[in-house]
Amino acid sequence: MEIFGVPTQALFGQLLIGLINGSFYALLSLGLAVIFGLLNIINFTHGAQYMMGAFCAYLLLTKLGIGYWWSLAIVPVLVGATGVVIERLMLKRLYDLDHLYGLLLTFGLALIIQGLFRNEFGSSGLPYAIPQELSGGRNLGFMFLPNYRAWVIVASLVVCFGTWFVIEKTKLGSYLRAATENPKLVQAFGINVPRMITLTYGFGVGLAALAGVMAAPIYQVAPQMGADLIIVVFAVVVIGGMGSIMGSIVTGFGLGLIEGLTKVFYPEASNTVIFIIMAVVLLVRPAGLFGTAK
Amino acid sequence: MLLKRTAAAAALAMLAAGAQAQISDGVVKIGVLTDMSSLYADLTGQGSVIAARMAVEDSGVLKRGLKVEVLSADHQNKPDVGSGIARQWYDVDKVDAIVDTPNSGVALAVNQITRDKGKAFVVSGAASSDLTGKACSPNTVHWTYDTWMLANGTGNAIVKTGGDSWFFLTADYAFGHALERDTEAVVLKSGGKVLGKVRAPLNTQDFSSFLLQAQSSKAKIIGLANAGGDTTNSIKQAAEFGIVKGGQNLAGLLVFLTDIHALGLNTAQGLIFTETFYWDRDDAGRAFAKRFAAANRGIHPTMIHAGVYAGVLHYLKAVEALKGDDGTKVIAKMKELPTDDPLFGKGTIRVDGRKIHPAFLVEVKKPAESKGPWDYYKIRATIPADQAFRPLADGGCPLVK
Amino acid sequence: MAATTGSVAAATAAPAEARRQRIGFAVMAALFLVGPLVVYPVFLMKVMCFALFACAFNLLIGFGGLLSFGHAMFLGTAGYVCAHAAKVWGFPPEAAILLGTAASAALGLVTGLLAIRRQGIYFAMITLALAQMLFFFYLQAPFTHGEDGIQAVPRGRLFGFIDLANVWAMYFTVFVIFMGGFLAIYRIIHSPFGQVLKAIRENEPRAVSLGYPADRYKLLAFVLSATFSGLAGATKAIVFQLASLTDVHWSMSGEVVLMTLLGGLGTVFGPVVGALVVVSMENYLAPFGAWVTIAQGIIFVACVLLFRRGVVGELAARFGTGRRH
Repeated sequence: MEIFGVPTQALFGQLLIGLINGSFYALLSLGLAVIFGLLNIINFTHGAQYMMGAFCAYLLLTKLGIGYWWSLAIVPVLVGATGVVIERLMLKRLYDLDHLYGLLLTFGLALIIQGLFRNEFGSSGLPYAIPQELSGGRNLGFMFLPNYRAWVIVASLVVCFGTWFVIEKTKLGSYLRAATENPKLVQAFGINVPRMITLTYGFGVGLAALAGVMAAPIYQVAPQMGADLIIVVFAVVVIGGMGSIMGSIVTGFGLGLIEGLTKVFYPEASNTVIFIIMAVVLLVRPAGLFGTAK
Repeated sequence: MLLKRTAAAAALAMLAAGAQAQISDGVVKIGVLTDMSSLYADLTGQGSVIAARMAVEDSGVLKRGLKVEVLSADHQNKPDVGSGIARQWYDVDKVDAIVDTPNSGVALAVNQITRDKGKAFVVSGAASSDLTGKACSPNTVHWTYDTWMLANGTGNAIVKTGGDSWFFLTADYAFGHALERDTEAVVLKSGGKVLGKVRAPLNTQDFSSFLLQAQSSKAKIIGLANAGGDTTNSIKQAAEFGIVKGGQNLAGLLVFLTDIHALGLNTAQGLIFTETFYWDRDDAGRAFAKRFAAANRGIHPTMIHAGVYAGVLHYLKAVEALKGDDGTKVIAKMKELPTDDPLFGKGTIRVDGRKIHPAFLVEVKKPAESKGPWDYYKIRATIPADQAFRPLADGGCPLVK
Repeated sequence: MAATTGSVAAATAAPAEARRQRIGFAVMAALFLVGPLVVYPVFLMKVMCFALFACAFNLLIGFGGLLSFGHAMFLGTAGYVCAHAAKVWGFPPEAAILLGTAASAALGLVTGLLAIRRQGIYFAMITLALAQMLFFFYLQAPFTHGEDGIQAVPRGRLFGFIDLANVWAMYFTVFVIFMGGFLAIYRIIHSPFGQVLKAIRENEPRAVSLGYPADRYKLLAFVLSATFSGLAGATKAIVFQLASLTDVHWSMSGEVVLMTLLGGLGTVFGPVVGALVVVSMENYLAPFGAWVTIAQGIIFVACVLLFRRGVVGELAARFGTGRRH
């Protein structure tokens, strides 16, 4: 059977792969959106922190024998802790300045981190095996779906909606949202705003690291793995609306799907379609699809 | 900033080198331009530098009074970095010859610069058959292998055994395109069909969507027109997506010993491809490999490392015979003298710069058949030297009259 | 009205500064004239091309207050167009360079129209994304030859008779182009247009209330910045006889930010100093692999945290009038 001249098999196959890519876009843009929405910082280091997550998982496995499932829990905490250190030592000083300085600082940090890892580990990818429980796959008829990739979709959906729920529907989340709007007032109520900001940054970084751990078995663990990805994620966040959590999640998955579709009908444009959409959205609705004009 | 010698002095040196048969400023400088940090680092990289140094020692020229220096640099797989280093080496550091240079894009750029400056270029790492075809130069010798040889050796063998419909997964740069072009020509000539092709950027991490396209084309053979990390990635991910289980076969068009080592015999067993050197083929190779591995953290030599060794050996032979290191003259001498080295045996270099030696069709052993690490290949067939490379007249090289 | 008073004030209040700048200009010219006798000329030509690029970038950020994170698209586009014109269409070098520059100017207009709609961080993100889009286009377009780049670009004969294969002819051509571009940017900064631009940077609503169409000024600054970046890129393609993907990659956009930040945003000579330091550092550290990236990152961090005024800015603060231009 064919739809617009393309066999359904190819179509659904690419859509599913698009959804898998979309999971990574969603996870990463979620972290970015949390950090930007609540802290007004563009975290360029996000790609490097994603890479650190993957390397941490690799090192835990090869040096300490700690496997994938434990890494999912440990690595985000470890890498998140480095994020806390960055925030405390450096980002704190820039809050009174133009936001662009934060961008430049995190860009510089990304270069340092990527360079250090490249020096230590070289450029070629390091292998990380798919965990035994998730290896193999099932034949869905229109394509063969590896089990691990199915897990990626499920896990990221859970994490994304979990985060959204915490921020939008719980008391903790409401403190966070209030603190971004009026930190002084919230502080006056006795809530430790600086600590909340630090922990929020750490949480955003932890999300990036989590995405890194999930990426390790399927994408090669290499120092450059986050560098090009992060720019696509920026586009996702801009399209979704810079501060909107739900916006980033929906846009992330949505764009993964659109990219998958493009690969079927017009593969040459698959790399650029996200940026074209971004340009269009900016012309028509500058605040983003789900954002509120700030 | 470092103070460098003046450009005027460099110009003078170049004039002098052309006017007399003399070793320019008393030292023969060989530059190993290679990939030390990116996807070809294991199959060339530091190993090539070691091979070059071994060749200098083994040639005996040091004992006979010739001064030789070996430099090295990392071109990071970027033509602008590579050509910048080549230019600086030739102009400022008085390098006389550049060797190795994996990545055909960089090699083509260095080929042009070497020609403009009248130096010598002995390529071992790059594969594009254009180097002895339309881009051939009186200053370049192409050792080891090229895309035509790979296409013919592997392509022919596979089509003859029933693999007559192909889909190409190609690395998007000079080498990938050349390999795809040459293999496609062989497949079509042998009566096969090419059902589709897709281009992936160099250093692609995720081949899933390309592999899916290959799968849906239903071609019997998926030809991997890429190398290094790209090849190992695509083979691994193909296993993940059950491509071989689904009945299609992978044809690695350029695979090296180090790739098999990275993949492991479990994943790589049965893979068929063509090489021009295997360390375990004869005693000379084994002796070389033992010394080489001792200096290279246990990593055994690939055919590129062997090509650097043999190329430098023959270059020094020509320099000694000529008693000079003017690039154009040395290359001419290299073509004049027959070659004889422990790794490739006796051979010749043609007027278009192509080094001629036999090629071997190899198959990767099953894990049970291997006696230890690096014991990976069975040699299925030998392609004699006069059939292994593209006929002289077919290349379109202007030097061929 | 405000513009005239502004420029009068600037003219009368800073004869000392103008003289200081004339001296600086003479020193710079002398250094680049004598330099090739002691330093590898190809290295200096690279410095000059990047210095022009950084000056063009500085026009936008230092005086226009707009941080573009995608400026590589102008450098690279001009390089590709120029290389293609010289190699495939057989244009003489001056025509190829002009065509490359014009291409970047046109690109600047189109991208500027899109990007100017937003401010600050959003502006930076948009320029980054547009540049990345262009990168992928160039990666696949057949005429660029992807990873290999456009190679063996002929240097040609300037005006039909000056053979640019001669290193001295090439050097002085680049010198003239660089000095010309630098002077042009200097004039732009010190013109009434430049004054209004600064006013918009300091307080946009106020400038608008005084009747200045801020968006049009910003767009013009963007296009001018793109044009001079293009000039740098096209010249570089002829000098190195190569146009490659490196010039359109986002790390190149990051590098020009680094050069300008290090040299001093909004200073006249800062970008030149910054370019000199960064290019030298790359050259010197090249054998050490990833240390170049690490060093660049450290400089970024140090500049943002400690040296916000950059080298020239700090020097000016210590020895000069102390006033930021």
